[in-house]
Amino acid sequence: MSPVAEKDRAVVQLLLDAGTCPRCVLRFCSVGSQLLYRHPQQDLLKDLQEFLKNSQEKEGPVCLEVADPPCKRLRLEHEEEGADELNHNGAIPQLPSAGNTGNTGNTGLDSSAGRVCNVCLGILQEFCEPDFVKKVCQKVNSADYQFTSFVFSVSLPPQLSVRERAAWLGVKQQMRNLGLPLAKDDIVQLKEAYKWIIHPQLAEELGVPADGKSLFEVSVVFAHPETDEECHFLATACPDCFKPAKNKQSVFTRMAVIKALERIKEEDFLKHFPCPPSSPKNLCDALEIQCNNGAVFVAGRYNKYSRNLPQTPWIIDGERKLESSVEELISEHLMAEFKADSFNFSSSGREDVDVRTLGNGRPFAMELVNPRRIHFSAEEMKRLQQAINDSSDKIQVRDLQLVTREAIGRMKEGEEEKTKTYSALIWTDKAIQREDIAFLDDIKELRLEQKTPLRVLHRRPLAVRCRLIHGMRSEYIDQHHFRLHLRTQAGTYIKEFVHGDFGRTKPNIGSLLNRTADILELDVESVDVDWPPSLAD
Amino acid sequence: MAEGAAGPGGAERYFTRWYKPDVKGRPCEDFCVLQHSNRICVITLAEAHPLLQSGKTIKNINYQISANCSRLQNKVSGKSKRGAQFLTELAPLCRISSSDGEEYTIYSCIRGRLIEVNENILSNPALLQEKPSTEGYIAVVLPKFEESKSVTQGLLTQKEYEEILMKRRSSAS
Ligand SMILES: [Zn+2]
Repeated sequence: MSPVAEKDRAVVQLLLDAGTCPRCVLRFCSVGSQLLYRHPQQDLLKDLQEFLKNSQEKEGPVCLEVADPPCKRLRLEHEEEGADELNHNGAIPQLPSAGNTGNTGNTGLDSSAGRVCNVCLGILQEFCEPDFVKKVCQKVNSADYQFTSFVFSVSLPPQLSVRERAAWLGVKQQMRNLGLPLAKDDIVQLKEAYKWIIHPQLAEELGVPADGKSLFEVSVVFAHPETDEECHFLATACPDCFKPAKNKQSVFTRMAVIKALERIKEEDFLKHFPCPPSSPKNLCDALEIQCNNGAVFVAGRYNKYSRNLPQTPWIIDGERKLESSVEELISEHLMAEFKADSFNFSSSGREDVDVRTLGNGRPFAMELVNPRRIHFSAEEMKRLQQAINDSSDKIQVRDLQLVTREAIGRMKEGEEEKTKTYSALIWTDKAIQREDIAFLDDIKELRLEQKTPLRVLHRRPLAVRCRLIHGMRSEYIDQHHFRLHLRTQAGTYIKEFVHGDFGRTKPNIGSLLNRTADILELDVESVDVDWPPSLAD
Repeated sequence: MAEGAAGPGGAERYFTRWYKPDVKGRPCEDFCVLQHSNRICVITLAEAHPLLQSGKTIKNINYQISANCSRLQNKVSGKSKRGAQFLTELAPLCRISSSDGEEYTIYSCIRGRLIEVNENILSNPALLQEKPSTEGYIAVVLPKFEESKSVTQGLLTQKEYEEILMKRRSSAS
């Protein structure tokens, strides 16, 4: 039973003669059976040749021996290996090699079975063979990822779209010449056919199913240097589509080429590009085989007990000012355990380098990019938290847990609305008695006008912001010192509320006490954001 | 004398003090530039300035420095402080007259962009004399990033300024 319909005979004939592989022939005949594409390509070729022969017998001789001159020459080169043998097993002894940008030495061989396809440049040929599948899987396995499914992505050289178009126009022309009805433009996409063939093989070899929604991505980048210049005529025909863009090496991106192909007129295309496309000497190169695991998110709360520890690395003009940071003390353990490529740290607000964060700590989240390890039990997370806490007395972490990307938004939501409580150690120039500061405890919802503090004015816009001090409680220490506990609206600059910042925060502790006041120490007592959920010990 | 720098650190703990004495050849018309480690500068009167001496009463402070330029019109927007008036070293910031009929011009002393002027001293001129180096400041100026070091090169350090004050005292006595 033939895979193709009788009406497609001319198309099959045309494409096979031009050096198109049997799977691409099926694509152009709109064959939608996934199973069929998985048949060995030499069997498919035999079936197609059989189909042509039968039709031939019915409708008269068709020359099957149309060979391009380059093919004749190649045939001679390979005569020693025995044309017969090649005809039968169709296998090409050389394998495509990954990471090799040069000519891998794969050449077109005798007969259509051995020639590099003039449309897919070998994608539906050698790159569907078990040896290539093995090569991909070796790469995946050696990278040591945890995954339960995979998604396979392919990047094809842009000139493949040009060749695909040329082949299609050839088919169209042929049909027109023969006065045959033209099927709609519904050929099977190359990528789709490739996935039909390679997915089951990868799934078998990796032991997990293919899943379009999987977070574990295996990607292969193909290139075909021999035909790279084939896109260039499009730039003259359609200059609008090829604008130089940052971070792109070449203007001939796949998207730009596809756009140009949509715009260019058929006759202009045919003027510049051979139809059907010529047979290439070499197969594609599999330039890169890469794995990427979707990011994993870890959240928790941290305490900071040091007044010499910034939240994130403090580097000015490339020079480190302090040896560590909260971010680094936490991330080094997470990076090592999750075996990630990099991380992104975020938190609900931040404290200055000389400010401690006490109480239940400050919510934070860490995005771990491309982690090798992703499965952690609650017990393992607890051990990880313990390891962080054992390694430094400058910080402590609690409620360490795996969270979703979406949940992190809740940490930022709380940032602006929630109240914060602080404790400040304050000095005054003129002596104070207990009764001088007692009135502070009675002030409720004190409205401040704060100009952007001078200490951050170089990097923030100048503005006057209204902030509320919800309440205060003072603790007298001696004639020049007292401690003040404050409950404030998020975003209040506490240091400026104490010393006044050249009178730019009004009122301030100095103006309230009618003295010069300064802040000696500041602690964050609590950050009232109820995320992440607290965990039992 | 007016209250000087605050006690254990003060709001000025991150500021370096620079001085420019006898500006435009006018004796004792000294100014102080407080430069923050983030390059922001606050321009103030230095303690020896005639306006801070006992017996002086401030009559008027005027930020309108010419017919078509008022420092009160200065508006900055965004992180990059677009729209700021640009100041050269001897750009006047304001003129202050005292009840004895004298008028003093306050100069920027450094090149940079005017970020804000102190409007509090308009309604409460006494601030200028009571707290000249904090709440009685004149203006905030932001030097260009690449000039943040060089803008203070022609100015005196606190130590050098104190030596000048000593010399003035000894020549007066
Ligand atoms: Zn093909």
